[in-house]
Amino acid sequence: MADDVTSPTGESTSSATLTAAGGAGRATARPARPAANERGGRRTDRRMWLEIAVFVTPALAIFAAFVVWPIVKAVQFSLYRWKGYGPLVDFVGLENYTKVLRNEVFQDAVVHNLVIVVLSVAVQLPLGLAVALLLNRRMRFQGLMRTIVFVPYVLAEVIAGVVWAQLLQPKYGIVDSLLTAIGITPPAQGFLGTPEYALMTVLVVLTWKYLGLAVILLLAGLQSVPDELYEAAQLDGATWWQTQRRITVPLLGPTIRMWIFLSMVGSLQLFDMVWILTRGGPANATMTMATFLINEGTKRSNYGIASAASVVLFVIALVVALLYQRLVLARDTAETAVARPRRRTR
Amino acid sequence: MTKWTGLRAVAATLGVLTLAACSGGTGGDPTTTPGATTAPGEKVTITWWHNSNNDPGKSYYEKVADDFEKANPGLTIEVSAFQHEDMLTKLDAAFQSGDAPDIYMERGGGELADHVEAGLTKDLTALVPDTITKLGGSTAGWQVDGKTYALPFSVGVVGFWYNTAKFAEAGVEAPATLDELIATTGTLKGKGIEPISVGAGDKWPAAHYWYYFALRQCSQSVLSSAVTSLDFSDPCFVRAGESLQQLIAAEPFNSGFLATKAQSGATSASGLLATGKVAMQLQGHWEPGVMQGLTEDKKGLGENTGWFPFPSVTGGEGDPAAALGGGDAWGVSADAPDIAVKFAEYLLSDDVQKGFAENDMGLPTNPAASGSVKDPALATLLKVRDEAPYVQLYFDTAFGSSVGGAMNDAIALMFAGKATPQDIVDATQAAADEEK
Repeated sequence: MADDVTSPTGESTSSATLTAAGGAGRATARPARPAANERGGRRTDRRMWLEIAVFVTPALAIFAAFVVWPIVKAVQFSLYRWKGYGPLVDFVGLENYTKVLRNEVFQDAVVHNLVIVVLSVAVQLPLGLAVALLLNRRMRFQGLMRTIVFVPYVLAEVIAGVVWAQLLQPKYGIVDSLLTAIGITPPAQGFLGTPEYALMTVLVVLTWKYLGLAVILLLAGLQSVPDELYEAAQLDGATWWQTQRRITVPLLGPTIRMWIFLSMVGSLQLFDMVWILTRGGPANATMTMATFLINEGTKRSNYGIASAASVVLFVIALVVALLYQRLVLARDTAETAVARPRRRTR
Repeated sequence: MTKWTGLRAVAATLGVLTLAACSGGTGGDPTTTPGATTAPGEKVTITWWHNSNNDPGKSYYEKVADDFEKANPGLTIEVSAFQHEDMLTKLDAAFQSGDAPDIYMERGGGELADHVEAGLTKDLTALVPDTITKLGGSTAGWQVDGKTYALPFSVGVVGFWYNTAKFAEAGVEAPATLDELIATTGTLKGKGIEPISVGAGDKWPAAHYWYYFALRQCSQSVLSSAVTSLDFSDPCFVRAGESLQQLIAAEPFNSGFLATKAQSGATSASGLLATGKVAMQLQGHWEPGVMQGLTEDKKGLGENTGWFPFPSVTGGEGDPAAALGGGDAWGVSADAPDIAVKFAEYLLSDDVQKGFAENDMGLPTNPAASGSVKDPALATLLKVRDEAPYVQLYFDTAFGSSVGGAMNDAIALMFAGKATPQDIVDATQAAADEEK
């Protein structure tokens, strides 16, 4: 019990409450503890709650001020026709939501987001896995190679976007010059200016930018695969390829599932890279839900519609996140929940 | 000491106002700031935001503020010079929080109408009648229901800026009609010169083409009634789109124009013109200054800078001499002290406007300053502006950001070959119907 008090985390709270509730059961299970301790237990109980309150209140206050309150305000704004200033008077109910959901540009934006979600995982996962497996082998300049792969992820998104916009500049950019040099004619409008290529071009840049995260997470996951398994496999005469397929990849499961989760949420909320490269254009070809709502809000001053779009984006992201947690991550989190108390009793 | 307490009181009140505005979510509650009365000698602080963040404009405005402070003992003017886009963003935020600067830049049209409706800006009609009379027709863009809410200090017109050397190289003259323009671009392309750059990635530079075609196709009465009635059913608006399609079909624009930015960086539309990569660009009166900033020698096109008005269109009902333009005016926020109005008036005085013109900061609206413009290109523009039968305010500004934004988006779609002339009218009308 003393252990529980010293670590004011969520887990200890629950186990502590359990102890308090089933006090009698505990008492019989641990006869060494005299009854006098029961009173002392209640005192520590109160102290523990006080500690929890002291430690948690600032976090809760910040959470309420910067997460809950903005969400509440966004929902409120979404029910009004509002230009961004002046009092909220023009109540329109759910009209902004029907407008957003019926808007073809928004529908396209949702499709673009889903394309980015799917293709990000489909492209970055195999690529990231391959690079991680390669970089996990003993080789010269291993540290340098890892750094090179990880650098794009560390680079600020805005800087990376500006650099890529320059590289992809039609006619005068490096990409077009190189293609012309090897005899390929680049598209007349450039890769970012041609509606048919723009989204795929943005995806290429995103892959370059975020591959490093996948690789570094997978490399970390690889460290947790016990060497004994590899040794056993080696003894059994497994080839390198078999070892990777039968041992490494399955054991990386939790890491991969967690990375997919991060990638999905990021793709749904994608804004900065698109805004810098294309502003959602050309001809709305790269419009995402986030660029749509910025365009409606700050560019057109339709803050009601922008708020409705932001609530829709929030709901979509929340549903996807919850479903994924329930259906895919549940097993992983259950495993860790079991694993933790075991470690503590030791 | 007294100054400090005064400042602190202002700061505290502003802070409270901001908090109140945030928590209420409503903004615009006109609460009086301390020192709103202007007995002589009393300590007053006013705030002034402008976008002349480069010299000579920046130091000139500092001097103007100093002079006015000296003439009004006890007055402190807090001057903030912003980069233009930064200022617009900060102004929006300031209006939303109800903490707007006392004197700020107002662009007129629908934007101003929104500010007026929300009670954010002061009616200057009865406060500075002499200045309003002096400025004459220029104030039209800053009037709502016959009342003047801001004093325009620079009004310019949009036209083609071109590289005279490139034109000479191709042996072409400045075109006067749409057909001639298309022929000119053909000749330029034949010489291996990209004819026109347009920052369609930012949408508004592309939209200027449609605006100008509407100006050529529609009579003044149709346009002025459209601004108030928000009715775009006149067939001339569709014809404007058809003229634009005709120009786009000739493929005169720089490669990658759909993703080209307006005026940021060497590969923006202005950068391409400034560095001699294209022959011309349709742009506002600020273009020479922008181009100077985009070249290493800070000269832009230098002596190769040329300007010609937007060409006429055969069969159009509009006046071929009518110009598309717009400008900047000094607005005074609703709760600003009286001295702020006096300062705005001072900014439009003969002396300040003359200095403004001498520093090539824009196209002065005070007739007394007309002769003081030094830059030959700006002097040409001033002549065009003053001789134009009327200057139509940029449609996106005139109609406000909601209708204007829908309009610009649809026009940008036409540049990408994804919208018909009717689509532009429909999208504009749909957004306009929301406003009614």
